Amino acid sequence: MKLELRAITKRFPGVIANDNVNLTLNTGEVLALIGENGAGKSTLMSVLYGMYKPDEGEILIDDVAQVFSSPADAIAAGIGMVHQHFMLVPVFTVAENVVLGVEPTGRFGKLHIDEARKMVREISVKYNLDLDPDAIIEDLPVGVQQRVEIVKVLLRDAKVVVFDEPTAVLTPNEIVEFFEIVNTLVKAGRGVVFITHKLKEALSVANRIAVLRRGKVVGEADPATASESEIAEMMVGRPVQLTVEKKSAHAGEVVLSVSDLTVIDADGRTHVEGVSFSVHAGEIVGVAGVQGNGQTELVEALTGLRKAAGGTITLDGKDLTHSNPRERHHMGMAHIPEDRQRQGLVGGLSVAENLVLTRYHDDQFSHGLVVNWDAANLVADSLITEYDIRTPSKETGAGTLSGGNQQKVIVARELSRDLRLTIAAQPTRGVDVGSIEYIHSRIVKERDAGTAVLIVSTELDEVMALSDRLLVMYRGKVVAELDPKKVSPMEVGLYMAGSRPDGVVQK
Amino acid sequence: MKRVFNALGERLNRISSLKLTLLAVLTALIIGALIIVASDVDNLQNGDILGALSTVGSAYWALVVGSFGSLRAISNTINSSTPLILCGVSVAIAFKAGLFNIGATGQMLAGGMTALWVGFAMDGPGIIQVPLAIIAGAVGGAVFGAIPGVLKARTGAHEVITTIMLNNIMAFLILWLLKTDLFQREDRTDPISKLVSTQGRLPRLFGFLDGRADLIAHIGFIVAIGAVLAYWWFLKYSSTGFEFRAYGLNADAATYAGMHVKRLTVLSMTFAGGFAGLAGAAEVLGTYGYASQNFAGNIGFDAIAIALLGQSTPLGTLIAAILFGALQAGGRQMQTNSDVPIDLIIVLRALIVMFIAAPLLVKTIWRTKNASITVGQSFRGWGS
Repeated sequence: MKLELRAITKRFPGVIANDNVNLTLNTGEVLALIGENGAGKSTLMSVLYGMYKPDEGEILIDDVAQVFSSPADAIAAGIGMVHQHFMLVPVFTVAENVVLGVEPTGRFGKLHIDEARKMVREISVKYNLDLDPDAIIEDLPVGVQQRVEIVKVLLRDAKVVVFDEPTAVLTPNEIVEFFEIVNTLVKAGRGVVFITHKLKEALSVANRIAVLRRGKVVGEADPATASESEIAEMMVGRPVQLTVEKKSAHAGEVVLSVSDLTVIDADGRTHVEGVSFSVHAGEIVGVAGVQGNGQTELVEALTGLRKAAGGTITLDGKDLTHSNPRERHHMGMAHIPEDRQRQGLVGGLSVAENLVLTRYHDDQFSHGLVVNWDAANLVADSLITEYDIRTPSKETGAGTLSGGNQQKVIVARELSRDLRLTIAAQPTRGVDVGSIEYIHSRIVKERDAGTAVLIVSTELDEVMALSDRLLVMYRGKVVAELDPKKVSPMEVGLYMAGSRPDGVVQK
Repeated sequence: MKRVFNALGERLNRISSLKLTLLAVLTALIIGALIIVASDVDNLQNGDILGALSTVGSAYWALVVGSFGSLRAISNTINSSTPLILCGVSVAIAFKAGLFNIGATGQMLAGGMTALWVGFAMDGPGIIQVPLAIIAGAVGGAVFGAIPGVLKARTGAHEVITTIMLNNIMAFLILWLLKTDLFQREDRTDPISKLVSTQGRLPRLFGFLDGRADLIAHIGFIVAIGAVLAYWWFLKYSSTGFEFRAYGLNADAATYAGMHVKRLTVLSMTFAGGFAGLAGAAEVLGTYGYASQNFAGNIGFDAIAIALLGQSTPLGTLIAAILFGALQAGGRQMQTNSDVPIDLIIVLRALIVMFIAAPLLVKTIWRTKNASITVGQSFRGWGS
């Protein structure tokens, strides 16, 4: 089956999300669609999947023009989509999830679950997916859940499978397995569209790479010959520094000291168990780990958003285990939170207001109970310039900025004062390449100024590039302390998955 | 022609929420007109469509004349608007902090009673007694408003439930209070209070015009305007106002930023109660001069609609309250002039609120395609 998008244009009020986009996908081919956030990848795929109607242009399958007015039409035409956020019912079994919507039924609508199980088993064997049809979804690791999504798509007889950022939630080892599945699909004659912003992955799995920038296809690249920096330049429109440039660290005195920290939530589940480590002035300590292994709770405990059930946290020797976030703020702790939309910003407030969200009560910005907005606006203006925040004005709602610029607002706010400790969680999640480069350089600059820095990220490349020391978290414990210069990503990946390079599986 | 329509469509797509509010009011008026036509049985039976339309015309004209057409009409509008403005601000300030204050009625009753007590118990010069009584009203409302705030901060009890329940508690508490020797008028057996002393009454707004006893508006309106100004200043300049706004828009971010969100919950309900208490004081000391069992009427609930319509902004709430007050004042005139029952006003208000709450409906009616704008006030749902 040959899929062709011809001169697709999709406009939204004020923006052209897709501008005259042409793409073709042949049978047995992997096309990587790469571009920054807001480049129009998602819009294009929504057009393909029948969720948006294009303003101009057409979709052709085997040279026949198609009109999709809903995803059902697209599925019927042989297009399947695996979304970044899985659409599974957690308490149902694999078989039940797979047949949801196309249930094999008998008289009076009786569900033939045996038939469903058989179908799952057949597809699982054919594509080497190794799925148990009776397993409950919520018990399965994310990588396996993704395979359930793939089976769903295959069961509906998709000739073209679209993956939307499929590796975002996977461990390095799961990513390797995922690529094998993609290869099996291609060998079986299916076409694959692979949407990503990760250059390495596009290079390693695709037959062709199409680069999208500001709604247009700005070029195609051949993975056999193209280099990462060439593609990055196409994505951003200017040369980009991909590696983090930093001198070796000059670690000073201990700033943050955590000993035997335990965090238990309201339901009695232990998220962090007996964690001890320290961060020195002038060094960056990275915490790697697959999402959901206690990093979020660790950061919340360190920043005062969650109570510690046991252990102590000290900053410059002062015990702050029971201090609230504001007291920690005044002791020189900065916090770049992992979810900027939910925590880091108030989208409905202006950029200027967000730039003082954690600081409006500092003497600099307030006289007693009155906020000195003149001072705040002055600082906002200089921060917008200094941190190159692209916003129409400081009065603009922060929620309307792009992800990268929102993150710059947070970074500017948190780093623009005298600090002792900076805690950054997922500092570049969903941020464009250009902004990643900038945020990384600010963090390194902060370290060089003598601040202790703790980076928590599920992007292994990021923690390895930034850290001077690397901790790996697995099931709430720190299972390894490594020198990022001396280990390979695969080795770290093994720790992240709970095993050790020597093969011993940890409990 | 097509170009004109496309251009119009483009314009409507970029419609602001203010325009959407105006469209909602317009839609409600059009549907109201249809209802008037449909209920104008005499003219319809004679097939006299023009006659039916003229009924609509005279009804709506009477609304305008009855609310703004004369000094007396304006005075009536001011009088109806005063408690609506104050209760509107009460609901709006809670909305700003993400809380849904359904308890303005109860808070108004509480404030009215404390103001009343100062009003008849003291017999000093008005210049001292009136401000004292007004302050007492604010304090009474604030204390009563703080209860659901404390309950929410301490136990997580949802303010919608607790404020509704406290409305009931207050309604019966008043009934009992009005029967006690302290409050009940000496010569009466029904629940009605003593009269506020002449010194304690709020001076009439147009008192300087001799012999116009029909101009009932009182200086409670000045208090209401002052409350709107205070609300505006609070949101714009005070650090607590900034915290309210951040907390209301994103509670997680407020917590992250180190704001004491439990304190904000209590404070916002206390302030809300204070404003509603002022409304009670204005009604008791100004409009009535005594308290009956339901002097709060439906004002506390109309205030919810007003805050929604005004999107909880100071100016929007003020305008919405005056609109509702004008409808109230004009409705009486409409009933006399055109035989259209005053109940139509209730229908109109309900339609306005419905269209404000359902922006998509207005967008569909007026063919504004894009769903990117939202109006109305958001508040945190259950279990938060």
